[in-house]
Amino acid sequence: MTAAGVRISNKGELWMDLLGSYDVIVVGAGHAGIEAAVAAARLGCRTALFTMSLDGIGNMPCNPSIGGTAKGHLVREIDALGGVMGIAADATFLQSRMLNRGKGPAVHSLRVQSDRQRYHEYMKRLLERTENLELKQGEVVRLLSENGRVTGVETRLCAGYAAKAVILATGTYLAGKIYVGEASYDSGPDGQHAAVGLSDSLRALGITLRRFKTGTPARANRRSIDFSRLEVQQGDEPVEPFSFMTDEELHNKVVCHITYTNEETHRIILENIGRSPLYGGKIEGIGPRYCPSIEDKVMRFREKPRHQIFIEPCGEDTDEMYLQGMSSSLPEEVQNAFYHTIVGLEKLEIMRPAYAIEYDCCDPLELDASLAFKAVPGLFGAGQFNGTSGYEEAAAQGLIAGINAARTVQGKEPVMLERQSSYIGTLIDDLVTKGVMDPYRMMTSRSEYRLTLRQDNADTRLTPLGREIGLVDDARWARFEADTAARARELERLRRRVLRPAEANPLLESLEQPAVVSGVSALDLLRRPAVSYTALVGVIGPGEGISPHVANQLETEVKYEGYIRRQQQKIDALARQEQVRIPPDLDFQQIEGIRLEAREKLTRVRPKNLGQAGRIPGVNPADIAVLSVELAARRAREGGETR
Amino acid sequence: MQTTTIAAIATAPGRAGIACVRISGPQAYEVAQRVFVPVQKGRSLAQARGYTALFGHVFRGGTRLDEAIALCFRAPKSYTGEDVVELSVHGGEASIRSLLATCCEAGAAPAAAGEFTRRAFLNGRISLTQAEAVMEMIEATSADGARAAAAAMEGALFQKIHRECERLTALAGHIAAYTDYPEEDVEELREDRLRETLSAARDTLRGLLDNYESGSILRRGVRTAIVGSPNVGKSTLLNLMSGFEKAIVTPIAGTTRDVVEQDVTLGGATLLLADTAGLRQTDDPIEAEGIRRSNKKLEEANLILAVFDLSRPLSEEDLALAARCRGRLAVAIFNKSDLPQQAQVEQIEDDFCRCVRISAREEGFSEPLRQAILGLIAEKKPDPDAALLANERQRAAADRACAALEEGLDALDAGFALDAVSVCVDDALDALYALTGENASDAVIDEVFSKFCVGK
Repeated sequence: MTAAGVRISNKGELWMDLLGSYDVIVVGAGHAGIEAAVAAARLGCRTALFTMSLDGIGNMPCNPSIGGTAKGHLVREIDALGGVMGIAADATFLQSRMLNRGKGPAVHSLRVQSDRQRYHEYMKRLLERTENLELKQGEVVRLLSENGRVTGVETRLCAGYAAKAVILATGTYLAGKIYVGEASYDSGPDGQHAAVGLSDSLRALGITLRRFKTGTPARANRRSIDFSRLEVQQGDEPVEPFSFMTDEELHNKVVCHITYTNEETHRIILENIGRSPLYGGKIEGIGPRYCPSIEDKVMRFREKPRHQIFIEPCGEDTDEMYLQGMSSSLPEEVQNAFYHTIVGLEKLEIMRPAYAIEYDCCDPLELDASLAFKAVPGLFGAGQFNGTSGYEEAAAQGLIAGINAARTVQGKEPVMLERQSSYIGTLIDDLVTKGVMDPYRMMTSRSEYRLTLRQDNADTRLTPLGREIGLVDDARWARFEADTAARARELERLRRRVLRPAEANPLLESLEQPAVVSGVSALDLLRRPAVSYTALVGVIGPGEGISPHVANQLETEVKYEGYIRRQQQKIDALARQEQVRIPPDLDFQQIEGIRLEAREKLTRVRPKNLGQAGRIPGVNPADIAVLSVELAARRAREGGETR
Repeated sequence: MQTTTIAAIATAPGRAGIACVRISGPQAYEVAQRVFVPVQKGRSLAQARGYTALFGHVFRGGTRLDEAIALCFRAPKSYTGEDVVELSVHGGEASIRSLLATCCEAGAAPAAAGEFTRRAFLNGRISLTQAEAVMEMIEATSADGARAAAAAMEGALFQKIHRECERLTALAGHIAAYTDYPEEDVEELREDRLRETLSAARDTLRGLLDNYESGSILRRGVRTAIVGSPNVGKSTLLNLMSGFEKAIVTPIAGTTRDVVEQDVTLGGATLLLADTAGLRQTDDPIEAEGIRRSNKKLEEANLILAVFDLSRPLSEEDLALAARCRGRLAVAIFNKSDLPQQAQVEQIEDDFCRCVRISAREEGFSEPLRQAILGLIAEKKPDPDAALLANERQRAAADRACAALEEGLDALDAGFALDAVSVCVDDALDALYALTGENASDAVIDEVFSKFCVGK
């Protein structure tokens, strides 16, 4: 380690103080940066986490909520691998709901309203107490590099820090610019400074930067809202935790409310549409399709007479309320006017106006599935910087980037989650194989394996891998093994336990199910969609050591066995293609028979295996057929040479 | 890019006014110049622009072969996307073969079957569905088949599948919006509408699949199996129908120990006649193998010609055969009508679509048989302009999609939730999109954001 105060040359331009030397430096302490830094530190790397402001750690500048459809899956997967988001969300939640209950276990999704301030405090404290991790306030303005390889960072204060690997998790801070009506200014989210300077340094390293855009609605004072006229939305009880490690009984602390826009609201928006920087042409960034501003909704869906608004508390110790569904970049006076047309919001006092924010992000096609830049050794990207949107998407990537930065430093093979293993794997595969045209949000419909990749079985899918990586501690591992054993025992009990018609038929009758005439195993009864595990144990007695979580898992796996088996066959077929590795030195341009367009796409993405190659848009089955022949021929040639 | 230049006869074999050799590849013009000399002085192939024609002569080793027209296409604006020269000469098997040989001597490689189309596909000139339709057209053995293949190329199949794709994509988009945005006011997905959409799509695909059978009759000819007990006159019938002495005909039972095949043109249709070993119990392993093959032919046939001997009482094998013909496209041929009648034909007549009495040894037997067969084929013949699945790959994809929709409906019936149904819809879409080479999941997500107002 270089001693503090030693001066090093950086490209001969200037001398600066090298204040420290680390294995891994993480730039940004949002949801991606937190997971990345904690993972790298826990895996034994000397890690530094840089943030523009220690008061902005783990901030939720948009929805004060964690989880939701597919995002809840991501949180469970992060937790199963040994990440921190799930535990923090359980510790700081205000209200919890399991969404999609009526639509089948594959799409059940947990979502909580979070106490924004508590979440920040929880994360800050966790980082402060993590071994091997130094938390530093400072703006990184430049990457240090030698022969194209990243060697460290330089801060605004001209201080240099050496690192073997650097993870960029800059969120919406990078060259951030806020737009409200005719006003626009350089800024990060939530009144924080924008990160300026770093973009040029990235371009100099050959990284392509693009402009993306997102937006957030206004926050308003609770006392200015007339709740008496609004629909109430209660949380679900009992509360199901995110983390497989959360034991204490959780209870909802707040309710949310629902109201709607109306024709008058829309009229005001349409009248002022020219004053929206989105429609006035000032914003060049590409906004997310799934997160339209209220002016987008009104313009694009003119036939809709009303749009829904959720009113969500931001915390227990504040009266700030978040108005979900009303993101906007219209001038503040127009915001005031249209909010005041809405039932319950007639006297709304806006505390933070809605805004749109534009920022720099990379093209994820320049990354591989370890989230390392293919062309810049030692550099990783995570979170919104990679073209995604959402805290959970960010955290998932942060975890993987942190794991792989650590493994690179330690000389280990990177961990690349396969698409069929998880939503995390699906997310990263989509990013690095298909690229993104607008900020990417996870959805259950993005996973073709969603019956297998459920939130209830994230632990069985990923905890063994987390253990292998080194992030699953003994306590989590012991719990996982106990759950696994209990599930196997209970399945065996259900298989052996035969119910006489006299036992089974009262239950079946109560469920309006056809009666049985001979004995039937408990397992066969459970296969019927109408017979729940809870109803079944009401007759045969509870299983030993079966937590609600294990009961859920077991019930779904029994009922969906046929579907799950079919998906498994698809997964196995894909796995065969994934096993055909493409050598890193293969020159796609030289393969005769692959169409020109496909050659270019293949060269750009550089797929690791045949399965990934087949998912690249613009590469068709005929190209894959030619490629597979070429790979087979190559293997045969090489086999011949070694003999 | 391909580095070789290929040549092949591009017109159908047989007598015609004009025949054409197509040369395609980077050296197409060099090859053609060595063979073709324009009449007009000062003009040369090398300078010819795309979409122009030159009149001249083709030469082989200094000898003038024929008058010829050279049609010029320049890459990428040609069928294959490469430089192409087409040399048209007066028809005639010998002269066109000689021209092809000359082109090959001048540096072109003889093209493999379908290689022009393969190159056109690889160079992005045509889609996979179109390429397959062209391949089918090349293989088509009758005029109707060529028309059906042409209909597929013009997109009858594409459009039909595309319509189903659109409907299912809309449904999948609705499911996705409804599940991924549970808190938005996305219209609830009603079970009856779900069921309706799924069964409508399934029915359309079933229609395509049913049509496939008749489609393959059009293109490849009618697979016809001549079956019956030993020594009832099957081979005699085949020989008479085809006009060739192909199978050995002797009065010893069990002579035809293998399947003998022959193409016969009947009216506008092609029959692929297969004469089979007589069906009976046997200990002879070679004959048993022949009978196994006969059974296979019987199963695969589009049309069965079941031959019975009128001069003998019907055997158990005869009755079993008749039972197997029930519900199939089958003609009963009662042979040896010139001999005293012993067979109780009323026992089996109902098992067949048509019954014909003939004496294969007498002249003029063939007309009633011909009428019976043609009549049957005409009934089965589909409209060649209707969308037909052009080949096995397309059939398999439609079959997969159909099965997935079936499973989705089963899941609904069994009381499974939307997640189980939705993966079945995805599977169906995947199968259909595989036919056109598009990506199902991207299409569904595009659908969500274009049709539904969702998001914070």
